[in-house]
Amino acid sequence: MSAVAQDSSMSDSDAAETVGRFDNPALMRRRRREEVRFQAYGLIAIALGMSFLVILFGTIIRDGWTAFFQTSIELPIKFDAAEIDPDGTRNANALAQANYQKLANQALYGQLGVDPSSRAQRQAANALVSRDVDSQLRAMVASDPKIIGTTQNVWVLASGNVDAFAKGKIDRELPQENRQISDQQISWIDKLTASGAMEKSFNTGLFTNTASSQPETAGLAVALLGSFYIMLIVVLLSVPLGVAAAIYLEEFAPRNRITDIIEVNINNLAAVPSIVFGLLGLAVFINFAGLPRSASLVGGLVLTLRTLPTVIIATRASITAVPPSIREAALGVGASKVQSVFHHVLPLSLPGIITGTIIGLVQAIGETAPLLMIGMVAFVVDVPSSPLDPATALPVQIYMWATEAERGFVEKTAGATIVLLGILAVMNILAMVLRKRYERKW
Amino acid sequence: MSLSALLFCLLLAAMVAFVIGFWRAKRLSPDNPRAVHSRPGYHGGYLALWTALPAILVLLVWSAVEPRFIQAEVESNLPAQVLEGSEGQIGLAMGVVRSVATGLERLTPAEVAAAKASPKEAQRLFESKGVVIATPPNAVVIASAEELNNIRHLSRLAKTAVAAFLAIFGFIFAFRKLSPNLRARNRVEQVVILALMAASSVAIMTTVGIVLSVLFESVEFFKHVSIIDFLTGTIWDPRFASAGDAGGQGQFGLLPLMWGTLYISIVALVVAVPIGLLAAIYMSEYAHPKVRATVKPALEMLAGIPTIVYGFFAVVTVGPFLNFVGSEIGLVIQPTSVLTAGIVMGIMIIPFVSSLSDDIISAIPNALREGSYGLGATQSETIKRVVLPAALPGIVGAILLAASRAIGETMIVVLAAGIAANLTLNPAESVTTITVKIVSQLTGDLEFNTPQTLVAFALGFTLFILTLGLNVYALYIVRKYREQYE
Repeated sequence: MSAVAQDSSMSDSDAAETVGRFDNPALMRRRRREEVRFQAYGLIAIALGMSFLVILFGTIIRDGWTAFFQTSIELPIKFDAAEIDPDGTRNANALAQANYQKLANQALYGQLGVDPSSRAQRQAANALVSRDVDSQLRAMVASDPKIIGTTQNVWVLASGNVDAFAKGKIDRELPQENRQISDQQISWIDKLTASGAMEKSFNTGLFTNTASSQPETAGLAVALLGSFYIMLIVVLLSVPLGVAAAIYLEEFAPRNRITDIIEVNINNLAAVPSIVFGLLGLAVFINFAGLPRSASLVGGLVLTLRTLPTVIIATRASITAVPPSIREAALGVGASKVQSVFHHVLPLSLPGIITGTIIGLVQAIGETAPLLMIGMVAFVVDVPSSPLDPATALPVQIYMWATEAERGFVEKTAGATIVLLGILAVMNILAMVLRKRYERKW
Repeated sequence: MSLSALLFCLLLAAMVAFVIGFWRAKRLSPDNPRAVHSRPGYHGGYLALWTALPAILVLLVWSAVEPRFIQAEVESNLPAQVLEGSEGQIGLAMGVVRSVATGLERLTPAEVAAAKASPKEAQRLFESKGVVIATPPNAVVIASAEELNNIRHLSRLAKTAVAAFLAIFGFIFAFRKLSPNLRARNRVEQVVILALMAASSVAIMTTVGIVLSVLFESVEFFKHVSIIDFLTGTIWDPRFASAGDAGGQGQFGLLPLMWGTLYISIVALVVAVPIGLLAAIYMSEYAHPKVRATVKPALEMLAGIPTIVYGFFAVVTVGPFLNFVGSEIGLVIQPTSVLTAGIVMGIMIIPFVSSLSDDIISAIPNALREGSYGLGATQSETIKRVVLPAALPGIVGAILLAASRAIGETMIVVLAAGIAANLTLNPAESVTTITVKIVSQLTGDLEFNTPQTLVAFALGFTLFILTLGLNVYALYIVRKYREQYE
């Protein structure tokens, strides 16, 4: 047996072949195969991890990009005075109660040449337009009663099924009984598309509409605003509190048992399941302090506590990175300890603090479970005007849509997910750019 | 004045005080500014702090105590027959009194007189002002409401007076102290350090708050259900009691939920540990530094994706895919199952294993590797026989942290694990977890003091203890190990 010293860099294969166990080439071959296999395992593991990432993003983008477009139908709608306002009083109540659905349906019959006496045909045609078309027309009349008696060309939303068909999510080749759209309806859709009366356009409603039970008119307005309020509260509270706590622990705190406990406590707090923070919010902010349920204020407070450890840990890291010579120089020219920290250390560690804060915010904006606990799962129709009003948040809206039974919501959910991931991506890139730009090597 | 208006006024007063202090300090020793101990800004700050801080502190304490005090006062004057009722009835009566009080505030004196004369008229009047009351308020209720309004009014007046007194007194006190010898800077800095200390105690208070609130409600729960039944019960059937049906006690057995939680976490670890560990080994031992610099953050992205996104991914992609695979090989895999939730959760925790393990493996001193090479070992043999054993405690710590993450994860299991509390070994069936049940017991309109809702806090407490134990142990291992090579 000849134990021969091996070169430490095994990638140097010549060296590996000439040295080693000369007396047993089979063993050497096995060992070398083992080496290659082991490297391959590592590569496979990385490839698997990366492919999960690609599949995740891929399927969500595939399912969701169409949510940013929406099919509408142009109809010449006759705002019939006899139908909307039979008394001619222009009373707002009467105008609000008129049957606008009927107006849209009649315009549709005219456009498609539907036989109004056939009940089946009427129903098939009615199913083409969204069930929320009445609120669109009602709003038009309410804002301008003068259009009563005239005929206007209006783009109305197509129903969820028509939208799905136009986007190719319902297969035309399937037998009629297996798809949600009949042959008759397909021929109408083709006719409308050919005449230019059916088009896909950018779906602004996704960002401006509020809760709805119809997928085609459901939007993210409440969720976006709710998330915005929550972010605002988290920034306003967690940054001052977190930075102050970090400064104290890093610069002023005496090294004793209490400081140790605080440190261990902060590290553990960062790993407490987020749902437990939700329970805390429910018990303390809602039951004890009597704050309103479903309000973004409570959501912001809970998520502030959730992000606080992250901000503290990031700030401490960037404060430690400032070399002691800076502090000593400040103290040397007569500054007090507080002055040296606030005039020199803090400004120098600012880039790190900002990056850490953004990362904490990214965490907070994707948090769902604690918000479920404090009642932010709500069907909110009115846009919240203050953080005290009921609201939802972006991830909660995704949860609510993901549990909706109706098929059209799958596309909506994926669309909302893209919006959420987009916001996160922008914030992460911002943090990265800031870090690259201002990072200082001491 | 309302609290926010008072606070605003105090801030304004503080600003004025600052300017006065600044101006005064400049004139303390105009010929020789160096004779003054502190810079003018600190004198301003000193004056501002004395003006606003005592008043603000008193106001905050007052506002926190006030509602409870007023409630107790009004409650004690309620008629005896109400006070004999249950806690819920008293609460209900107080609710009515409170709405009536809001209503009375909005009425004109003439309308108040009319409301007192006739309960029906009072109800109509309140409704016209936007306060809806279920039953016409009788004279006793209106009297209580008036008392409530009176106390509130008095308290508000007193609050304003106390705040004004404290602000003025503080200002005069501090102004008289301004002198060249005043150590204003030291005083202001003391306050600053106290404020920093208070901020760092928020983290402690959060923990205390979590423990207290969850513990308190759990104790409430254990008054209804014995702790032994909860910990050892094998049947989870909370049976939502319908209104008035007091006998509808369900069964609250923790074991099926605990089993579901652990089973899913085990599946997740089976997915995440091999992938994460092998990826970490490759990144730290084989990969070019540039490759590592791109792969590591890319894998960490997996941990940055919100869990709700994983949940949705599980429902629309992984569940149906597993179901399809199962039907191809003749197995029935339910769309929500241990496998679906476990695999997706495994993907999520890959970076917890890989990044931490990578750090730990990189921290192993090179001397160990070189010693092994010197004995003729190949690189993979060195890794398996020298590096990994040396890094083992740290890797175990990383895995435990990942496990604690998996146990506390909510959104993936809410969407992908199912809601039936099964005690099953079959990974193709659906189970439920502690977190799922916390969510399902607490969403919806529920009375807060039934065992059906309180059990969520007992579950939360169990979860907290479980994850805390894992974290503390894991951090202990990681820390102990790190010190070994430093």
